[in-house]
Amino acid sequence: MSSGLLDIESLDRSEIEAILARAHFFQPAQGETFRRLDALRGKMIVNLFFEASTRTRVSFEIAAKRLGAETVSIAAQGSSVSKGESLVDTLNTLVAMRPNAIVMRHESSGAPRFLARHLRIPIVNAGDGTHEHPTQALLDARTILDQRPTLEGLRVAIIGDIAHSRVARSNVHLLSKFGAEIVLCGPPSLLPHEFEQLAPGVRLAYEMTEAIRDADVIMMLRVQLERQHEAPMSAGEYFRFYGLRLEHLASAKPDVLVMHPGPINRGRELSSEVADSQRSVILNQVENGIAVRMAVLERILNPS
Amino acid sequence: MTGSLLITGGRVIDPASGGDGQADVLVRDGVIEAVGTGLVDNEAVRFDATGAIVAPGFIDMHVHLREPGIEHAETIETGARAAAAGGFTTICCMPNTSPVNDSATVTSYIVQRAREVACVNVLPIGAITKGSLGAELASIGSMREAGIVAISDDGRPVMNARVMRRAMELARVLNIPVIDHCEDLDLSAGGDMHEGAESVRLGLRGIPAASEDVMVARDLLLAELTGARFHVAHLSTTRSMAMVAFAKVHGVRVSCEVTPHHFALTDHELETYDSNFKMKPPLRCQHDAEAVIQGIVDGVVDAIATDHAPHAGSEKMQEFERCPFGITGLETALGLALSELVHKDRIPLMRLVQLFTTGPANILNLNRGTLAVGAPADITIFDLRTEWAYDVQQSYSKSRNSPFHGRRFRGAPLATIVGGEIVWNRE
Repeated sequence: MSSGLLDIESLDRSEIEAILARAHFFQPAQGETFRRLDALRGKMIVNLFFEASTRTRVSFEIAAKRLGAETVSIAAQGSSVSKGESLVDTLNTLVAMRPNAIVMRHESSGAPRFLARHLRIPIVNAGDGTHEHPTQALLDARTILDQRPTLEGLRVAIIGDIAHSRVARSNVHLLSKFGAEIVLCGPPSLLPHEFEQLAPGVRLAYEMTEAIRDADVIMMLRVQLERQHEAPMSAGEYFRFYGLRLEHLASAKPDVLVMHPGPINRGRELSSEVADSQRSVILNQVENGIAVRMAVLERILNPS
Repeated sequence: MTGSLLITGGRVIDPASGGDGQADVLVRDGVIEAVGTGLVDNEAVRFDATGAIVAPGFIDMHVHLREPGIEHAETIETGARAAAAGGFTTICCMPNTSPVNDSATVTSYIVQRAREVACVNVLPIGAITKGSLGAELASIGSMREAGIVAISDDGRPVMNARVMRRAMELARVLNIPVIDHCEDLDLSAGGDMHEGAESVRLGLRGIPAASEDVMVARDLLLAELTGARFHVAHLSTTRSMAMVAFAKVHGVRVSCEVTPHHFALTDHELETYDSNFKMKPPLRCQHDAEAVIQGIVDGVVDAIATDHAPHAGSEKMQEFERCPFGITGLETALGLALSELVHKDRIPLMRLVQLFTTGPANILNLNRGTLAVGAPADITIFDLRTEWAYDVQQSYSKSRNSPFHGRRFRGAPLATIVGGEIVWNRE
């Protein structure tokens, strides 16, 4: 990944394993904070967020700073973008200031790949439209591997607005490369049947009970109202048929992990009781985001 | 043009007569004077076509010339030059200019402007509705008198079936075809590429094949109802091809065109998010591309048209979903048709020439696309063996939005003759 990190699909298993192993190294011991290192001292990373984001942006910033890098964060609102400058011109302007890498979130699928063809700077994709969110899948894998010895053979249910989810796509690619069984579940309008062809090991379910049966991991997705151009069903109906509640967990494995990329919408995708239950590893995901992003940034800027 | 031109030694292919053999072609005062062996004219300019194919001038019934109004992307002059370089002697321009060609005034402007600056024949297509807004019929009769050869709201298709019915009733009486860009705008709304496994993978919103199919079905029914001649623009799906074939068997007056990109490319090309692969209808899946070729092989397809749609570089140099639809195509059409259809032994050369000549001429009722004595001396000379690569930077078009930059071809246009005059020559 000489040019950055654009997606999970084009990574091979050994590259993913190396990142996850390095992230494990960066994880702090119980009750401690992240160590401060200077592996990236003198490096400048620009966080360029064209879409509102708190957790991902802060996570990347902390990861960079823990490695000794300097960061500048730009929210597209208020920048030259609103003055009509094109994306390529905006990026060219930033690149002329000689940062070492750009971390970018953009609402258009493929924007990082489009830019990577025209710019000679490593780009880390922090989420592009409905395409991929590679560091999310990496931190999800790290979180599962903190609790399980391997991803191979695990049954992972991913439930919700699959169609509009870059988290789902990145996770499907990653989990499939490691031989997990993936069940995608959502209302038909949010789960096109072509998802079955996205990667080996994927099957579809349109009912929660079927998706959750014997699951080792349940990943709930946020309903992406901002990307939906028509409402697939009412909020109440959605929660009734696709919201995760305590009673559902009974049909999963007893030690099932409940995950959510955040921000969570209590009472919309999952009940408060589930979010706060022992089975939830949602805050572990947030924490692992920093270790994983440290590993990614180090690998891109300081390849050993 | 006055004076004469003698084209010697070529293989003359004329689908109108079925002729295919070595012959000379003598042109005088802008019309075909004779076709035969051993023709002599000592005053004539000579063109040695030995080893080349001499065919009636190619007709592209679907181009966008952007004039009036969008001249930074293309003009009648530059589009005509690109056409000539692609071997086309006649092009038909769609009405989505600014203003829309929905009145005799705009039609006359295009006709007049073409007479002044275009090196090939330019035949305007008029809008179906005022402003192509889909509500009120345009001044179709007046435009017909001013020179349109068909009507279409290409790109902004008429969604209201009753309006389309009225347009067809009128077109029937005026004896012009109704060309529809068949797309149900509600089904395709927001889509950027063909809906399928690839759109799911790339996270781009899909345009389902059904958005084309439902409109082809509607228009076939309306054509049957009204007796109008209905022409499907850039047909791209398996089911639409099947429906057109079925309707033809059952006597509906329907014809269809396909584009080179729909038989040469598939939606797998989009993984780089390069907007030069973004057009409507979108590049379909392998199955549909094969159906398009099969439709050509089976004789269902009547014409190859480019849907040449120039866009300025700044418009195409954006995030994929922001880029406009459309690619240029005039200069690569023959190369693609030869490599995908003839060199792969899918169709004989005669059929290829027919798709570029008598096919569109019959749809539009033109006295062109033939080498018959007395016909306008529009002639396309090309060969089957020149190896060349397309360099979009050398394009005669004002725009550069071609997905075929760098693509290698075997067989190329050599000279384009319009009204007896050589308007473009490869040398």
